[in-house]
Amino acid sequence: MLTKRVIPCLDVKDGRVVKGINFLNLRDAGDPAEVSSAYDKAGADEVVFLDINASSDSRSTQLEWVRQVASTLFIPFTVGGGVRTVDDFRDILREGADKIAINSAAIMNPQLISDAADKFGSQCVVVAIDAKKRKDGDGWTIYKNGGRVDMEKDLVEWAMEAERRGAGEILLTSMDCDGTKAGYDLAQLRAVSSVVRIPVIASGGAGTKEHFYDAIEAGAEAVLAASLFHYKELEIRDLKEYLRGRGVAVRL
Amino acid sequence: MISIIDYDAGNIKSVEKALQFLGAEAVVTRNPETILSSDGVILPGVGAFGDAMGRLRSYGLEEVLQDVTKRGIPFLGICLGLQLLFEDSEESPGVKGLGILKGHIRRIPSDGGLKVPQIGWNSLSFPKKGTLFEGIPEGSFVYFVHSYYLQAEDPGIVVATTEYGVTIHAAVEQGNVFAMQYQPEKSSDNGLAMLRNFVNLTRKDA
Repeated sequence: MLTKRVIPCLDVKDGRVVKGINFLNLRDAGDPAEVSSAYDKAGADEVVFLDINASSDSRSTQLEWVRQVASTLFIPFTVGGGVRTVDDFRDILREGADKIAINSAAIMNPQLISDAADKFGSQCVVVAIDAKKRKDGDGWTIYKNGGRVDMEKDLVEWAMEAERRGAGEILLTSMDCDGTKAGYDLAQLRAVSSVVRIPVIASGGAGTKEHFYDAIEAGAEAVLAASLFHYKELEIRDLKEYLRGRGVAVRL
Repeated sequence: MISIIDYDAGNIKSVEKALQFLGAEAVVTRNPETILSSDGVILPGVGAFGDAMGRLRSYGLEEVLQDVTKRGIPFLGICLGLQLLFEDSEESPGVKGLGILKGHIRRIPSDGGLKVPQIGWNSLSFPKKGTLFEGIPEGSFVYFVHSYYLQAEDPGIVVATTEYGVTIHAAVEQGNVFAMQYQPEKSSDNGLAMLRNFVNLTRKDA
């Protein structure tokens, strides 16, 4: 039976992991290759890396750490941040990444989704979406530039467009819930996962094991969290035991 | 030395890195002499069946791969590399596969609400014990990414299956020809153990 996936997310800046300083038993807490290998051993199903200041200037740094990660990490990993062109896709995939996440670049140039999917296959195109409740409370709009700019574009419509253009997965972050530890935005997850047929990865708001279960119940194929895992507030294996106890198929 | 067939497929690098990690000597090549003189051959692959067969043919690799299997050189097809070993695929009607093994590649039915492609970790059942599964318990999880799946003509060659709406023939073995639909190079310790078993096989025969 296909399992639900538990995915730690690592923020990378200048080739170093910027969260995760409390990660125990590591010689170098900031090395992407080491931190991600530790997550593999801890039972993570995948790892997502978000390069938070990637640009064309730092591309070579990015390719270097991706190469190192690919030499030691033998579970799938996604790289996001600063990817704007099909050539960027090619360069990063060639170093051994499995999937590429695009956010602002997809909003500014939706054709990038189609072009990348045609060239490399839908399975490696992850459209990351940052969304926030509309002020009038009716649905959500999407934001670009790391949540700084409201595109005043409807979330559900954008998710459907991403799928139609060939996205393989949607990484959906609730800006309202992110950092609150009060739980994922379940209404938002339901709204998106009920209209697309591609997997939706829930992101933003996890604080307890129940929250992960709730997200899966709401239609998420995978659940992502960052600080909860980094600061060892929750062990991935404990989370998976809990999910299995509640009848969710997980890899243990 | 193990040859990884270079035909511009997607996951070549990952397979190479996994072999390096295991301490195996591997080269990425499409040179027929190198391939035919190696102790093992791996055909990786992510992408479309028709494109991939077109590239194998344009690089003159079709006969080379058939020779490899005829000579009994241990051969491992991974992901699309499994599919290419068979006769044809619903993904690319009219395109002939390598035909080294008998069977057809079908589209995973998406009725019943299942998402296609299947992306993620699924567990393996072993109808019989495959050579590459030495030390690997039944029920182990491996990582799949695929929209098409194998129906082998002879169930006797199927050494692993998984369930995704239909029963998928996830791994096959016939003589020295092995193939896996999932990606062992992305399947953590279990996948590395399977690749290690393949590497050991190439050493034994050397």
